[in-house]
Amino acid sequence: MRDSLFGLVLGRLASSLITLLLVSLVIFAITSLLPGDTAQQVLGQFATPEQVEALRTQLGLDQPPLLRYWQWLSGFATGDLGRSASNGMDVIQLVNDRLPNSLLLAAITTVISVPVALIMGIAAAMRRGGVLDRTLNLITLSMVAVPEFLVATLAVLIFAVQLGWLPALSYVSTVDSLGAFMKVYAMPVLTLCSVLIAQMARMTRAALIDQLDSAYIEMARLKGVPPMRRVLRHALPNAIGPIANAVALSLSYLLGGVIIVETIFNYPGIASLMVDAVSNRDLALVQACAMIFCGAYLLLVMLADLCAILSNPRLRNR
Amino acid sequence: MQGESLIVRDLDICATPPGEDEHTIVSQINFALKPGEVMALIGESGSGKTTIALAMMGYARRGCRIAGGSVQLGETDVLSLSPVETRALRGHRVTYIAQSAAAAFNPSRRLMDQVIEGALIHGVMDRQQAQQKAIQLFGELALPDPEHIGNRYPHQVSGGQLQRLMAAMALITDPALVILDEPTTALDVTTQVDVLRAFKRVMHERGTTALYVSHDLAVVAQIADHVLVLKAGEEQEQGSVAQILEQPDHAYTRSLLAAARPPAQAPISNKHRTGEELLRIDDLQVGYGHCNRRGEPDNIVLDHIQLRIDRGQALGVIGESGSGKSTLARAVSGLVAPSRGAVQFNRREISPTLRGRTPDQFRRIQIVFQSADNALNPAHTVRRLLSRPLETYFHMNRDARQRRIEELMDLVKLPRTLLDRKPRELSGGQKQRVNLARALAAEPDLILCDEVTSALDTVVGAAILELLAELRRELGVAYLFISHNISTVRSLCDDVMVLYQGKCVEFGPCSTVLNRPQHDYTRKLIGSVPELQPGWLEACQWSTHTQPSTVAV
Repeated sequence: MRDSLFGLVLGRLASSLITLLLVSLVIFAITSLLPGDTAQQVLGQFATPEQVEALRTQLGLDQPPLLRYWQWLSGFATGDLGRSASNGMDVIQLVNDRLPNSLLLAAITTVISVPVALIMGIAAAMRRGGVLDRTLNLITLSMVAVPEFLVATLAVLIFAVQLGWLPALSYVSTVDSLGAFMKVYAMPVLTLCSVLIAQMARMTRAALIDQLDSAYIEMARLKGVPPMRRVLRHALPNAIGPIANAVALSLSYLLGGVIIVETIFNYPGIASLMVDAVSNRDLALVQACAMIFCGAYLLLVMLADLCAILSNPRLRNR
Repeated sequence: MQGESLIVRDLDICATPPGEDEHTIVSQINFALKPGEVMALIGESGSGKTTIALAMMGYARRGCRIAGGSVQLGETDVLSLSPVETRALRGHRVTYIAQSAAAAFNPSRRLMDQVIEGALIHGVMDRQQAQQKAIQLFGELALPDPEHIGNRYPHQVSGGQLQRLMAAMALITDPALVILDEPTTALDVTTQVDVLRAFKRVMHERGTTALYVSHDLAVVAQIADHVLVLKAGEEQEQGSVAQILEQPDHAYTRSLLAAARPPAQAPISNKHRTGEELLRIDDLQVGYGHCNRRGEPDNIVLDHIQLRIDRGQALGVIGESGSGKSTLARAVSGLVAPSRGAVQFNRREISPTLRGRTPDQFRRIQIVFQSADNALNPAHTVRRLLSRPLETYFHMNRDARQRRIEELMDLVKLPRTLLDRKPRELSGGQKQRVNLARALAAEPDLILCDEVTSALDTVVGAAILELLAELRRELGVAYLFISHNISTVRSLCDDVMVLYQGKCVEFGPCSTVLNRPQHDYTRKLIGSVPELQPGWLEACQWSTHTQPSTVAV
């Protein structure tokens, strides 16, 4: 069993590498297709053609695209992510400044949203058709339906402008105590949670109900197994596969998809770094960010699949 | 705990289908059992057997409600218990053996944990005692390796073993009442004998009171003391086994008995036996997995198969599940390519896969699957289902199609008013008729029937068999008729092929093979079919432990 699991992980890692390679190729192609180029962007509208040409040579943009891709790729493989074209800093340095912030925000949101979502989903599934289920259904549906920029804006209006409890902008550098930390993170985390919890809770409910309708749950019921034990010991282990996948998909959104939240709260995360990089035609930075998002996504999906396999004795013992 | 008496008075159960008004599905059921007696509930599907049986545990499925009456188990009035008291009753004093053990075991938990769970929850004994008792029960139920089988997961044991494990799960608390819901229906006849025997012995030794739900009168004759015949939720007749079998009062009981005793029909007249070869298979091998150097796959499902079907002839293929019956039909229809050998149709070799076959070859070979539920598109009306082959094969215009569809409905004896219904608005038998009509629409030479009556009630199944025989007489169509039920093959087919572990162990005219079987396995298969007389089970000499050799005699 251990061998086959090890083989599976190796296989998935190999295919993840190929996926990353393809993604880098696509990103490269797309950035090459964008109108204008880095030199033009850096120097602004009033630059003379000679200046632009000089900068292009300096940045290596006059070389054929395939050669540039190859140079980037070989650098990437050896750990050299290249230099930002717009401000000359090392890409690794830029990413290093931002990535911890993003990971911290993602971690806090995960720690809060996953348990809440699971509990909501399980509660709704157990009380299917009841008042609790319908209430939770209404809440999660409205959470999904309301766009997150609206949630964020409303939160700012209420908590920062009206009540004045929380700062409207998240200046991470001002955090010096636990109280300040909570004040800074409260609103971004709240906004992100409202979207994620709704998605995950609904998927959990659906996956559980699927199991609760099965014959073996009826059997457990006819053995006199109490409701809580039926759900936690009998149904949940069989629903872990789909739930883990839903959680992985939702969490992968926490790195790349949080641009709106980062913008509204002026939070220095990696998503806004990438958006800036795109508007600056900063190829090396765009590539690095894309690789991070893609890698995180593949890792999460692989973990979800492993959860599904380990929870299923049929797959586990093959 | 010894068995206790069970008295049911005026039991009514109502159901509320989504979007409809509540109506009564079981009404005015009365019966009484003394401790240690076994009552059988008999009836077709939808007759309320399971609903009544579940009510003994104070349980009604989603959308159903026990509306009135009483269930008295020993001193306890089951229906008036609080939810907590009901829970304490279930899995302790009353236990349940479900029809499909494969579905009723939790796939992600070890068998032992599930078998002893009831005993632990109700505090009957501690874990160690429970495990010892379970192992003892495994032994009594003739399970292999009783010490360790509990460590496995449900997917690692066979269907017959699961059914016995479920019996162990039901008996571990020494219940006062056991409910057996079609516990052997999903099993092969050869396995059924063993399981029935194990159930009967263990229940007899413990003096357990039992309620046995079944549609099979022959099985009931072996195990029950009393029989209650149900139709549409109402009692038709009640009495001792001997009385029901020998002097049935009610017409419905008589029709059940008639369906269970198919007439040993004379072989259909040889009018259509032209002797003209339609299908021939020489040395066919089918398998799955990678092929080795000699072109043999890893898992060989069928090997050395030879057969010939003439125009208008019916060949029956019998064998237990996993013997390769369905694979044979799939190979003939082109759904799976053989690894050796070829299929000759109309004296011409046809392509091993669907890709190389002509539309005309498709038309001439039609397949009818076991489950009409899965084979008919639920979103289409009967009319649309039947139009499709007419458009595809004959390019008929609207009027011609309309006429032909009506002909087809007449042919399968369905009223034309059903044409605009969807499959879910039809009964099981009607759906199977539509399934058959769709195959007939193509005017095929050969119909592959894969267990077409297995999912149907005996009475309905008998009617479908009659229809098949009639269609053959009228249209001269040939059948490859796959079944695990020997009596259906006997009543329909000219020749029969007995498959055992992917090999043909016996082949020949039905009358010869089934009346004077030469091979051990054929004898076992025939000997395992329960007969409609009490005491047959004790007299039956076959069991799984007498494994026939695979070598043809």
